[in-house]
Amino acid sequence: MADSRINDLLITGDQTYATIDYSVGRLVLDQKSHSIAWLKWLIGGVMGTGVLMVSLAWLIFQGTGTWGNNVPAAWGFDIVNFVWWIGIGHAGTLISAILLLLRQQWRNSINRFSEAMTIFAVMCAGIYPLLHTGRPWNDYWLFPYPNILGMWPQFRSPLLWDVFAVSTYFSVSLVFWFVGLIPDFATLRDKSTNRYAKLIFALLAMGWRGSNQHWHRYEQMYYLLAGISAPLVLSVHSIVSFDFAISIVPGWNVTVFPPYFVAGAVFAGFAMVLTWGIPLRKYYKLEHLITNRHLDWMAKITLATGLIVAYGYFLEVFYQWYSGNPFEFKLLTSTRVDGMYAKFYWALIVCNVIAPQVFWIPKMRTNTWALIIVSTFVSIGMWLERFVIIPMSLTNNYLPSSDKPYYPSFWDFAMFAGTLGFFTMLMMLFIRFLPTINIFEVKDLLYKMKGQKEFVEGQAPVEVK
Amino acid sequence: MEKQQITKQEALEKMRSELEGKRGERYWRTLDEVAQTDEFKLWFEDEFPNRKDLFQIDRRTLLKFAGASLALAGLAGCRGVFLPEEKLVPYVKAPEELVPGKSLFYASAVTLAGYATGVLVEQSEGRPIKLEGNPDHPASLGALSSIGQAEVLNFYDPDRMQTVIQRVDPTSELGEISTWEEFSKAVTPQLEAHVATGGKGLALLFGAVTSPTQASLVDQFKKKYPAAKVYSYEPAGRASVNAAVAAVVGKAGVPVYDFSKAKVVVSLDGDFLNPVDNPGALAYARQFAKGRKVTGAHGEMNRLYAIEANCGLAGATADHRYTLKPSELYGAALALAGAVGLSVPGGSVSGSLKTDLEAIVQDLKSNMGQSIVVAGEHAAPEVHVAAFLINNALGNIGKTVKFVASPEASIGYGSLADLAADLDTGLVDVLYVSNSNPIFTAPADLKFADKFAKAKLKVQLTAVEDETSAMCDWILPLAHSLEAWGDARAFDGTATIVQPLIAPLFDGRSEIETLSLLLGNSRGGYDLLRSYWQSQKLGGAKFEEGWRTAVHNGVIPNSASAAVAMTTLTPSLPSPTPLNSPYEASFIPDPAVFDGRFANNGWLQELPRPLTKVCWDNVVTLSPADAQALKVKSDEMIRVTTAVGEVDGIAYVLPGQPKGSVTINLGYGRTKGGTLATVGLSNGGDQGGGFNAYKIRNSKTPAFTAISEIKDLNTEQHLASTQGHSPLGGSRIPDHRDILRAGTLEAFNKEGMEALILGHEFDEKEIEESNLFPEETFEWDGDQWGMAIDMNACTGCGACITACQAENNISVVGKEQVGKGREMHWLRLDRYYSGSDENPDVVWQPIACMHCEKAPCEPVCPVAATVHSHEGLNQMVYNRCVGTRYCSNNCPYKVRRFNYLNWTDNQEQFTKKVSPLNTRVIPGPIREPKADGVQLLKLLNNPDVTVRGRGVMEKCTYCVQRINEARIESKKAGRRIADGEIVTACQQTCPSEAIVFGNIADPNSAVSKLRKDPRTYMLLAELQTRPRTTHMAKLRNPNPEIKSSNETTEAHH
Repeated sequence: MADSRINDLLITGDQTYATIDYSVGRLVLDQKSHSIAWLKWLIGGVMGTGVLMVSLAWLIFQGTGTWGNNVPAAWGFDIVNFVWWIGIGHAGTLISAILLLLRQQWRNSINRFSEAMTIFAVMCAGIYPLLHTGRPWNDYWLFPYPNILGMWPQFRSPLLWDVFAVSTYFSVSLVFWFVGLIPDFATLRDKSTNRYAKLIFALLAMGWRGSNQHWHRYEQMYYLLAGISAPLVLSVHSIVSFDFAISIVPGWNVTVFPPYFVAGAVFAGFAMVLTWGIPLRKYYKLEHLITNRHLDWMAKITLATGLIVAYGYFLEVFYQWYSGNPFEFKLLTSTRVDGMYAKFYWALIVCNVIAPQVFWIPKMRTNTWALIIVSTFVSIGMWLERFVIIPMSLTNNYLPSSDKPYYPSFWDFAMFAGTLGFFTMLMMLFIRFLPTINIFEVKDLLYKMKGQKEFVEGQAPVEVK
Repeated sequence: MEKQQITKQEALEKMRSELEGKRGERYWRTLDEVAQTDEFKLWFEDEFPNRKDLFQIDRRTLLKFAGASLALAGLAGCRGVFLPEEKLVPYVKAPEELVPGKSLFYASAVTLAGYATGVLVEQSEGRPIKLEGNPDHPASLGALSSIGQAEVLNFYDPDRMQTVIQRVDPTSELGEISTWEEFSKAVTPQLEAHVATGGKGLALLFGAVTSPTQASLVDQFKKKYPAAKVYSYEPAGRASVNAAVAAVVGKAGVPVYDFSKAKVVVSLDGDFLNPVDNPGALAYARQFAKGRKVTGAHGEMNRLYAIEANCGLAGATADHRYTLKPSELYGAALALAGAVGLSVPGGSVSGSLKTDLEAIVQDLKSNMGQSIVVAGEHAAPEVHVAAFLINNALGNIGKTVKFVASPEASIGYGSLADLAADLDTGLVDVLYVSNSNPIFTAPADLKFADKFAKAKLKVQLTAVEDETSAMCDWILPLAHSLEAWGDARAFDGTATIVQPLIAPLFDGRSEIETLSLLLGNSRGGYDLLRSYWQSQKLGGAKFEEGWRTAVHNGVIPNSASAAVAMTTLTPSLPSPTPLNSPYEASFIPDPAVFDGRFANNGWLQELPRPLTKVCWDNVVTLSPADAQALKVKSDEMIRVTTAVGEVDGIAYVLPGQPKGSVTINLGYGRTKGGTLATVGLSNGGDQGGGFNAYKIRNSKTPAFTAISEIKDLNTEQHLASTQGHSPLGGSRIPDHRDILRAGTLEAFNKEGMEALILGHEFDEKEIEESNLFPEETFEWDGDQWGMAIDMNACTGCGACITACQAENNISVVGKEQVGKGREMHWLRLDRYYSGSDENPDVVWQPIACMHCEKAPCEPVCPVAATVHSHEGLNQMVYNRCVGTRYCSNNCPYKVRRFNYLNWTDNQEQFTKKVSPLNTRVIPGPIREPKADGVQLLKLLNNPDVTVRGRGVMEKCTYCVQRINEARIESKKAGRRIADGEIVTACQQTCPSEAIVFGNIADPNSAVSKLRKDPRTYMLLAELQTRPRTTHMAKLRNPNPEIKSSNETTEAHH
């Protein structure tokens, strides 16, 4: 390998249990470790949440007509943003569950905040399908509950599968996240000096004492949950892709969608982990835990999934030509590579296909600026991908008389900005009040790296200041 | 307990054995009863069985009940806060024949520019809710135009005048609320003062008057005030054709055609299929369509040559279409006359028409007595005269063309120009304007507004306060024809009694009642009408019987005008004078708002204009070549200057528009006249409203005028169009795709359907083989509904759209929402062009929900809100719909419509923007749709159709309410539903009978036969949707001698 930095260990510097406790725990226990920048970001996030609340209130008061959706493009920003957020959520579960099962040790320092991102992203995503309906107060009809009407939901509809997929995904991710936090809550309980903090963490730790039996049970449960989550990583986005693949809309009815959507989700998810992880490790001086080696690997995954996505794009175009279906071909020529929306398609290609190619250069994989820029490109590109697939395909119809353009309204943008703000707010609160990096798993990693000898029982690490 | 149960059990066993073998001797309810158990006795004797004894209720339960009762009492107190308090009062004395939930139909008539079309008014619980054509009326034959149907919305127009208004301060915008008595008191002395001078200084202005009663009242007025002057003005009237007939028969008259006998028709800009152009259009469309009906594998069709200066429905239907500038029309008429062999001044034609003229004349000559040359109503009198002479030369007069005395009694009245001159010279003291709006509609060169102000007392009778009302001293509310007695004549002179369906909603009076008031005797409409018709010997000796029959049937028997012979066979015709101008403006009445009088009607405003598909605006249509030369694109503002004025309009590049000519629809640019009429006023036209074409219109040549300049203003104005007006490239059909089937009759007769398929054909076997689930086909069990739409018959008039809107309570959404692509019409009329954009062929394809047997919308709905009925209807369950809109996405025909906002409960979309970023505060009245505490527009709703709220999907139901009604009737009579018993709203009103509905499981039904017709095909059949609505291919019948024009069946781009 050309760049020596890539050879960084997964934990650098001369670390002990105590230093790890300190460097992660201080973000929660020493509130002075947060700068004014944190507050600015939080305020930004709160304001964004305010915008979200106003847009939701307006949406519920007025109706979906506040958006730009129409007939034929009955889905627009609502479903674009839903799929985008769900996709972002994917990296978390992939890192925490699949990489855990594959014994990828490097996941240990990034899983916590990516799991948090998953949960927050799914929360943002969930807002859209819940409130994009014409009569959101009737959304509960999508759940199979016994009722005097004897009416069940329609199990053939992919939207119903979505309900199950997303709600399962959210609840499993939440439980997984919380279970993973329990030993760390206990650490914080032990280390905190503030009465209230101690009380809260004691409650959250649920009586964790770190006994052998606790650890035994914990490991069993954690792996079981990982086993449950792992297929979810693949299933959720596959099912989301069914919303499109099951239909007969030209541009949607593509068999490649499930794997292509999953790869795209991981692609977007890792980009988002990089976007958040790099500033996080810089401002909170966590370079010794999130090392260049982590960045390198994440960049490689981004590149790999980016190539799968690029293959998906290629296959879409190929299919549109090879199928001999003139409607598909018209879609390709009049709304993708050419036509009023062509700029979005080409921007998508630049963002998702061309930009990640810089990661072939090893230096770029550890260059934080390159990583941030490319991952921003990928986030934008993945949003564009959904935009290209959803409203752009809908504007193009079997009967050309129905072709009509789609223009998002102010409230479409406001609500999207609002979810970004909401996400930022939750992330900021998370950074300040919960351990951002999994303390015990990093310690476990340290133990495995340095060998058992150095840490004999009883040599308790020094107290966290 | 134990013991009791055993005894009961035993008792029951005993009874069972007792009952055995006693069938028919004893009837019983429960075994307890039979057994006469103690429990039963107790239950039977108790006054309130099953009650709980107070002492059986424990303390906790008692308190629970008490708490609940108290809480409920509290809720009851909230009534009026959360729930509106409504009182229901049953009929104390039920009106005769009124069965709640059952509609009654009454014959009446609606008029357009004076000309009547017979209607049947559907009345539900006392409210008129829908107008349908009267099959017995010659101008309707059962059909009704969009405008005719929309009259019922005019009736419920919340902007209608509700009281008499007196403008005390002439400088003020506002007037004082007054009464008819006050008006009578004020105006009578004024009129009396004129008795001495014989009425000198009195002036009455009407629109076209065909009402015999009204005409007789005008005569009475003239008798009382011999020096008084009477004027008549119709901005889009038939003055020209009346004058032309006068030139050949000696007195004012109109031609009446019989298209059913015509094999060859030549139209000289005559849009005889368009109800705003010709008052006989509905009847003509039916006759014309009959002549084009092809059943089975072979057929014959009439042939239509359209020589057009505008883009009309006739041109869109024509087999050969030629374009010319409006000023060249007379020259072309003369050239045709010359070629037929008449000695007339030399005309001239150019281009393809010149090449083809000989063939056209040959075609006419070989169909002597079986052809028609029809000129446009707006064309100059000499064009009509030329057309009459050609018809005469071809022996058509008396066969396919006849002349009748003019139904218009107002033909002898003074013109608007006369009135302007009289006003100017101060000859008018008292001016009474009856249901006319000359301030808005007067041509610019008359400078009418300035002159109008010179009259000392100005009185107007009007339905809605308009531009003229703003200048009047007294504004009187006009009663609508659905609430007042009246009469009117149709295009052939047939008279109809207009009967009221409901007591006047407001304080309005009809034109005849107001005239009677001015005459000083103030009689009611019923009285006036009866006395007039009694004087006309209606019903002979038995007036009462004749009157009742006439009112019931909607037609006065034998009232059609008799044919008049042509007397002047060689009238002098002027030589054509060229109009040396690079561009000419042609003025035609708008297909929806007409001359502007329907600008406050939401249905009409939102009706896509047939060719442009633009709603809520008028446009300056430019030919593609002119647009290129002027560097103007659609949506750009241009300034059109003529000799009399200038106007800023929105350009619209229309394929087929004649080069060098722009067409401007009249009727837009209203400054007063109701909320919808003026929506574009205060925000730069963003919400529609168009521009005023009268500002550049000339009173001498009202049909067209030279344009001195067309200037690109380099600004844009968004137009709301429902089709093809988008940056997506609009209407291009992908190559090799079988969406439209069209071709020539000759090829069809020779090769069958093969000749009509433009793209890749999917034969039934291929489709069947590609079906992955062949066993899952929909089973036909019992009645199966289906529809057949004959694209060959469709003329594109759009009456079906309004019929559907009226029948199914479809919302009007406003220009902004149409612009966003959210129009709610369940039925749309797709327009496809083929050939060059200079002069393309047009194919109309009406599309509503296809009721697919394997409907793609159904499996994707997560809550099963759209499901299939066993009779094959794709049903939309509004109550169950949560509004995910997935069904719409998955509909390949895109026929589903979504209630993005609450369209029904408010009309806010017309006055307020939804997005606050775009909000511009619009001054002026917010539409206040209430009268007597009832929202006026709610009275219009069809009670058989659910009014949809916000957030639900809707679509065509095949008029399921009509199916159910027929089913109930058939069940009551114990029979099957007969073929033709169910008529959908669109089918009912179609003038050309292009839509047929019925039971496709019955091999003998009309629709089944059409489904087996060789021209029938299923739209997008390759998607395996198995649509229940099938389309029938469009045929054209070009002259085989002519090769030059639209040989374009190959390239449908």
